[in-house]
Amino acid sequence: MIPAGFDYHAPRSVADAVKLLGELGPEAKLLAGGHSLLPMMKLRFAEPGHLVDLGRIAELRGISEAGKEIRIGAMTTEHELLRSKLLAEKVPLLVEGAGWIADPQVRYKGTIGGDISHGDPANDQPALMLALEASFVLTGPKGERVVKADGYFLGLYSTQLAEDEILTQIRIPLPAPGSGWSYQKLKRKTGDFATAATAVMLQMKGKSVASVAIALTNAGPTVLKARDAEAYLKGKAIDDASLNEAARLAMKICQPTPDQRGDAEYKVAMCGEMTRRALQAAHARAKG
Amino acid sequence: MSQTAELKEREDKLQGMGTSLLRKEDAKFIRGQGSYIDDIKLPGMLFGAVVRSPYAHARIKGIDKAKALACPGVVAVLTADDLKPVNLHWMPTLGGDVQAVLADKKVCFQYQEVAMVLASDRYAAYDGAALVEVDYEELPAIVDPKKSMAPDAPIIREDIQDKKEVGHGPRTHPNHIFTWEAGDKAAADAAFKTAEITVREEMLNPRVHPCPLETCGCVASFDKPTGYLTVYMTSQAPHLVRTVLAMLSGIAESKIRVIGGDIGGGFGNKVPVYPGYVVAIVASIVTGVPIKWIESRIDNISTTGFARDYHGVGELAADKDGRIKGLRFSALADHGAFNSHVSATKFPAGLFSICTGSYAIPNAYARVDAVYTNKAPGGVAYRCSLRVTEAIYLIERMMDVLALKLGLDKAEIRRRNFVRSDQFPYTTSLGWTLDSGAYHPALEKVLKAVGYEGLRKEQAAKRADPKSPTLMGIGISTFTEIVGAGPTKVCDILGVGLFDSCEIRIHPTGGVIARLGTMSQGQGHATTYAQIIATELGLPAADIVVEEGDTDKSPYGAGTWGSRSTPVSGAATAMAARKIKDKAKKIAAHLLEVSEGDLEWEIDRFKVKGNPSQAKTMKEICMVAHTGNLPAGMEQGLNAVTYYDPPNLTFPFGAYLCVVDVDKFTGEVKVRRFYALDDCGTRINPMVIEGQIHGGLTEAFAVAMGQQIPFDENGNHLGNSLMDYFLPTAVETPKWETDHTVTLCPHHPLGAKGVAESPHVGGIPCFSNAVIDAFAHLGVTHMDMPHSAWRVWQQCNTLGVNKR
Ligand SMILES: Cc1cc2nc3c(=O)[nH]c(=O)nc-3n(C[C@H](O)[C@H](O)[C@H](O)COP(=O)(O)OP(=O)(O)OC[C@H]3O[C@@H](n4cnc5c(N)ncnc54)[C@H](O)[C@@H]3O)c2cc1C
Repeated sequence: MIPAGFDYHAPRSVADAVKLLGELGPEAKLLAGGHSLLPMMKLRFAEPGHLVDLGRIAELRGISEAGKEIRIGAMTTEHELLRSKLLAEKVPLLVEGAGWIADPQVRYKGTIGGDISHGDPANDQPALMLALEASFVLTGPKGERVVKADGYFLGLYSTQLAEDEILTQIRIPLPAPGSGWSYQKLKRKTGDFATAATAVMLQMKGKSVASVAIALTNAGPTVLKARDAEAYLKGKAIDDASLNEAARLAMKICQPTPDQRGDAEYKVAMCGEMTRRALQAAHARAKG
Repeated sequence: MSQTAELKEREDKLQGMGTSLLRKEDAKFIRGQGSYIDDIKLPGMLFGAVVRSPYAHARIKGIDKAKALACPGVVAVLTADDLKPVNLHWMPTLGGDVQAVLADKKVCFQYQEVAMVLASDRYAAYDGAALVEVDYEELPAIVDPKKSMAPDAPIIREDIQDKKEVGHGPRTHPNHIFTWEAGDKAAADAAFKTAEITVREEMLNPRVHPCPLETCGCVASFDKPTGYLTVYMTSQAPHLVRTVLAMLSGIAESKIRVIGGDIGGGFGNKVPVYPGYVVAIVASIVTGVPIKWIESRIDNISTTGFARDYHGVGELAADKDGRIKGLRFSALADHGAFNSHVSATKFPAGLFSICTGSYAIPNAYARVDAVYTNKAPGGVAYRCSLRVTEAIYLIERMMDVLALKLGLDKAEIRRRNFVRSDQFPYTTSLGWTLDSGAYHPALEKVLKAVGYEGLRKEQAAKRADPKSPTLMGIGISTFTEIVGAGPTKVCDILGVGLFDSCEIRIHPTGGVIARLGTMSQGQGHATTYAQIIATELGLPAADIVVEEGDTDKSPYGAGTWGSRSTPVSGAATAMAARKIKDKAKKIAAHLLEVSEGDLEWEIDRFKVKGNPSQAKTMKEICMVAHTGNLPAGMEQGLNAVTYYDPPNLTFPFGAYLCVVDVDKFTGEVKVRRFYALDDCGTRINPMVIEGQIHGGLTEAFAVAMGQQIPFDENGNHLGNSLMDYFLPTAVETPKWETDHTVTLCPHHPLGAKGVAESPHVGGIPCFSNAVIDAFAHLGVTHMDMPHSAWRVWQQCNTLGVNKR
């Protein structure tokens, strides 16, 4: 549980950080809250020669409203998300979801940017980002580009982020008024990753579904969007029959990795169960 | 002040037995100022990192140290070949076997110790360890103990391949360790032949680990000029370790000092002598500088003192009214690659023969077969005095299985078979004499407190309602424990009897220092022992200092495990105090110029009978004992030491009840209620007892609901970090309701029994019984632990109760 040696860098601006990344090359790793990276280093699964700590860059922190979107600095901690009045009012799904991440100690250090960038299908932020239709600001030597969360996650530990880029900001369009939301997560204990979890954003029109986003955590090599289930639900009422069918469609796309949380059969079944419960809870909250 | 008020004030000042005195030791712990092994830093100290085997079974074809030795900061790399010249590459175990200190030609379990890298600091040591190149040739591994004794099974221990026995009777296979039996097999078989009803069930106590917060470690410091060896180490039994080290090293035992320090939890994980300690000691002897070795969490869970791994078979024979006529229990015990678990010489399967539990069972037979597998050694640990958990799990589960077969209520089956209060002392058919008990009143008190009939009605209604999203289960456990090992005529380890000791010294102004052979790891000894002395001697507990764990200071004792501290050292404390009190009485009689017979004791003083103004307080006597004004021929001082050899073990008991709700769709089990009544005889500090009950129940919850050390078919660990290994936090832990009755121990000077293991031993079957009861109406008689959501869901899925 002792990491190999490395050099440590603490730039004070995004520009300096980008410059360092360029100079140091593939030997360098960005350090955010450290709660995914350091465990891997302690097990010597990762042995970066250089750590570039983003912790001293003030411009990377904070939550604000700008026009029709919410902007969150990549270095904002999960704890800060949980405590944000603005988010509680405007994007309550993110607050509910953050509360399911790890435990208080991890949430004090772990950041939303790190959780997204790690590219781990077991992390909770990717599904929340998909359900919220977020996009990401990536800053590199050639400047900024903005990419959509949908399509960003490519596979296990793999995203669209280039080696010389930094995720600097998360942008979330303000959900339509009256939207229902829910994040349902099954875990074995405090501080555990999901056995299965589902994020749902739901807009109703009268008794039928106007639009719905469903994203699944830890159900495959990367976060999954349950597109068939979404398409099926559109225009339908939320009742036992439609919940069963939506859950079935969500389960169909699952390819979970068996581990101590369960075998594939159990994890797929739990993905269906969490999807069902998330839709039910979102429905109960939706107005319209 | 009225006389009674004055007496009460004097009594309160002592804070003696029966009061919930806050723990004296906590002042430093809650400030983070305890001193654990890793806090010890000695000048010139080197750090040792262990190189461990990635394979469960492999031949070592070569070890190349060159790259490691070239690593900056690395001083030396030790392997078995380096320990051979001092004959310390193998060591005897506390179980009668030998164990490789560093792997000698082959490795027999994953993470086995292969080499130790010594370096100037911890980072360099681990960099060096990563560079030691070991050439392995992988061998087929045995993971399932049921395959250990197959005719063509690979031989795990080539070193003892031809040995006919390893300390505990004849072996029938190279992977066989021992077969142990108790009771009258013919009588038990006869009872089964003629019985109206018989039941049989196979049940596993899975391999688990106590996982103390502080992992194991040591700092070994050999002083070359004096030849004196000091070892700071995480040991629950420092004196026994000192004796083992003397046997191992040839150093005179008087020149070895073992210091326990503060220990961050033990639970049996810190009784054995581990290879890491021995290599650190040898390294210090060779280099002449202190060596520190500290386990990581993964090392701790993977290699040191696990618990259980008993594959049990329970059989009961009864008449149609449910009165038990016969019991046959057996277990296949997976001891891992070396038989290194702690066992009293005469009890290789520990106290498993307590498996008749709280019941009057006329005919019984028990048998344990222990085998080697390619897993880490151990087996005896975890808040359980030597295999009692396994035994009580079997009987408490089998009582439910029998009740189900007969259609009897699970409380009623117990009532019909309990040893009655008027039958004590009661000798079981497997040979233990239960000292005292009142089982019926304990159970009735619990049933009344929880409204048992109402709960059963609610359960019946839920079972009748197919729409209910949950299944409700009610578990009962009415266990009897066996703790406080033990009488030297039957209990010894490596020939040393399991007595224990206390030395008390009283200073002129009434301050007291007491030193004991036990070793607290969080049990609150500094408080409990002080309270015993306070009451016995009438001196305030606040002024009584308790010291343990430094073998140069304390009298010899077997340490703290198996809930033995209060039954054995607590008794020694009372007896030592009474020796002092006898002397004090002589001094009081001399000062008051009366005969001893004219004196009576009152809280903190001797008074002359009929003339209460004539009195001498203990405090006054303390000073006089250090003057010349003493009875003729009496020596100065108020000191005593007692070595206490208990006449019997103690048999605390309890009645527990648990209510659970099972989510049919996820398999999650919610503990709605847990009611625990314990009877440990005299209650010295009710708050400390309560704390022990809470801790033990929490660990029982952990074992029943989530803990297991899983392996793949090649013997690779699948869950040896705290990501997978379940340690419940306050969030998961149920709320405990506690209660008690008091049935005195007839042979203990204070009437006290042990208590700390009861909640673990009694709690585990209670949780299991509750979970399985939730499925009982569907024909389920048993489900193995852990009752994790996944495993419980599988049961729901098999039965189809999760269909929408
Ligand atoms: C006990 C425990 C339990 C946990 N449980 C959960 C859980 O239930 N759910 C969950 O979602 N997570 C969980 N985690 C992970 C935790 O949330 C991590 O904090 C998170 O995954 C990573 O965020 P971080 O800020 O700690 O990033 P770091 O660990 O510092 O970095 C992670 C990776 O992202 C890269 N990176 C970080 N920031 C940026 C950036 N701005 N731009 C580009 N790359 C970047 C790093 O280089 C590194 O590769 C748990 C962690 C622990 C230790």
